[in-house]
Amino acid sequence: MVFKLEPRAVSSRVMIYQSPIIAVFLTLLAGMVMFRLMGTDPLQALEAFFIEPISTMDGIAELLVKAAPLILIAIGLSIGFQANVWNIGAEGQLTIGALFGGSLALVFYELETPFLIPAMLLAGTFGGMVWAAIPALLKTRFNTNEILTSLMLTYVALLILSYLIHGPLRDPDGFNFPESRLFHNSALMPVLVEGTRLHIGILIALGVAIFAWLFIFKHMIGFQIRVVGLAPAAASFAGFKQKKLIWLALVISGGTAGLAGVIEVAGPIGQIVPVISPGYGFTAIIVAFLGRLHPIGVIFSGLLMALTYLGGDSAQITMNLPNAVTGVFQGMLLFFLLASDVLIRYRIKIR
Amino acid sequence: MIIEFVIPALLTIITASTPLVFAAIGEIVVEKSGVLNLGVEGMMIVGAVGAFAVTVKTGDPYIGVIAGAFSGLLLSFIFGFLTLYLYSNQVATGLALTIFGVGFSALLGHEFVGQTINSLPKLNPSFLSDIPGLGPLVFAQDFMVYLSVLMTILVTWFLMRSRWGLVLRAVGENHDAAHSIGFSVTLIRLLAVLFGGAMAGLGGAYLSLAHTPLWVENMSAGRGWIALALVVFASWRPWRAFFGAYLFGGITIIQLYAQGFGVDVPSQILSMLPYLVTIIVLVMISRDDFRIRISAPACLGKSFHPYG
Repeated sequence: MVFKLEPRAVSSRVMIYQSPIIAVFLTLLAGMVMFRLMGTDPLQALEAFFIEPISTMDGIAELLVKAAPLILIAIGLSIGFQANVWNIGAEGQLTIGALFGGSLALVFYELETPFLIPAMLLAGTFGGMVWAAIPALLKTRFNTNEILTSLMLTYVALLILSYLIHGPLRDPDGFNFPESRLFHNSALMPVLVEGTRLHIGILIALGVAIFAWLFIFKHMIGFQIRVVGLAPAAASFAGFKQKKLIWLALVISGGTAGLAGVIEVAGPIGQIVPVISPGYGFTAIIVAFLGRLHPIGVIFSGLLMALTYLGGDSAQITMNLPNAVTGVFQGMLLFFLLASDVLIRYRIKIR
Repeated sequence: MIIEFVIPALLTIITASTPLVFAAIGEIVVEKSGVLNLGVEGMMIVGAVGAFAVTVKTGDPYIGVIAGAFSGLLLSFIFGFLTLYLYSNQVATGLALTIFGVGFSALLGHEFVGQTINSLPKLNPSFLSDIPGLGPLVFAQDFMVYLSVLMTILVTWFLMRSRWGLVLRAVGENHDAAHSIGFSVTLIRLLAVLFGGAMAGLGGAYLSLAHTPLWVENMSAGRGWIALALVVFASWRPWRAFFGAYLFGGITIIQLYAQGFGVDVPSQILSMLPYLVTIIVLVMISRDDFRIRISAPACLGKSFHPYG
């Protein structure tokens, strides 16, 4: 018996949506094998990883708190990936966004006004845009590969954060700990459900998703972005301005990453700390692909990836498994997704 | 005074450069075959943890080196299978390799944090290394430093002088033509990818066995990405990549010595140097669009579908 891949005459639209489901299923199977190899009961571990964290109201609130930044970043990245612009420096843009927005909170420390949070959100978005504008400028002006520059700038951004938090932004009464002051109430995201950490960030993420859907599918620029990705030659014949689209793709994705950053510091964290994100900027790449680069799909995949973060913590507490399991699950999921995607354009023939 | 300062400085440069040499030379072979594997960082970090774990278990860093190469090779096989046999997007798959590699290495390395090992021994033929100045520099390195030079020579010879090197370049320049005269494009590319994986693994092994003989999560700190930038910087030529790696090693030294000389710059600013220099170098190289286009393999990053 030999398996062969045979090209389909027309790409399968059904497979586009089935492939993520197949990938999740295969990841769970592989995860069970992994848990078995680590010497734990696979079913019990899967339960601790995927079910226990969301069995309480508190858990669901936490899921939404973690999903918000992932959804926001992935929406921006999806727009870029569709245009073949590979911004992989969202982690850096998130960091700069958090610094811009967070610094505003510290500058206006103890100023009570409802306008502070909106101003911080704008500042954070702007910060992310500025950081993403650097690879955009280098790409359009000097033809420099945006993958490498955006990633290098992530390391630079993390070092800027480290410098600022050990120096100018450090809490003056904080016994030299590398942390800023705790933000005052006006600089914190309004909480949605009392007693939990659930704040309005998830609503912002959903709003941005709907806005992005309208932009990509109902607006001329969104159409141009899709054409550039699918058929670059057609796009240049049609006279679409490629450089403008590269700028847009990078600045939009930088903006959503920056917004996610300020939402984190003004939301669950409540101050500026040396580590703002547990790799949301990189995980969002998986969220974008798993959500089929579609703003609504990204909402679902964002929730799923948020669950892998909660699952890692839960498995560490209840089963004493290393927290790094989260990263392995995320990586495996992307592998299986990329593998299943072959079925969109090919079918399996058994001879 | 000069000798006292210059010799240790040069030794540090060699240690910092060697991992980059391995990773960049490996990636040149991969890219020359027309495959863009952005997962160098992932293969390096898995190589580092594999080498370290086996060294802890066996006590022998030489077996560790082999384990490092093998770990990188195994990971690159996943990449080769997905991109070459399932036609997945090379950029996305490379990113997946890095994300998975960072997570997987953290999981594997969990129990090795804080453990110590015998680092890779320096070869010490006393009659040669006793030569003042030059002796310790040229004759008393560990064997991987010499291996990195040897691999650069071998890869240059292979790509430019051997028949199979010519075939590999043909596959990278025009896979349809190479296919039509009867070469197995997919198999040749898979072998190139595996070689690149083993080399990245060696680079990682050098990090955890010689550079800093410890396991720390994320210890590759972007070196895999810098190696990718070096390939572009070198216009896909092994010797240029070799010297490029030493240039970056030289930047590391500024970090270490600037504060020793009383330069009052925050350490974070100095740590930014390798990343900033990478960006500047990329800009200088890439602005010449024509040069990139003539030196990059023409089929770089494109999937090959044997049935059209």
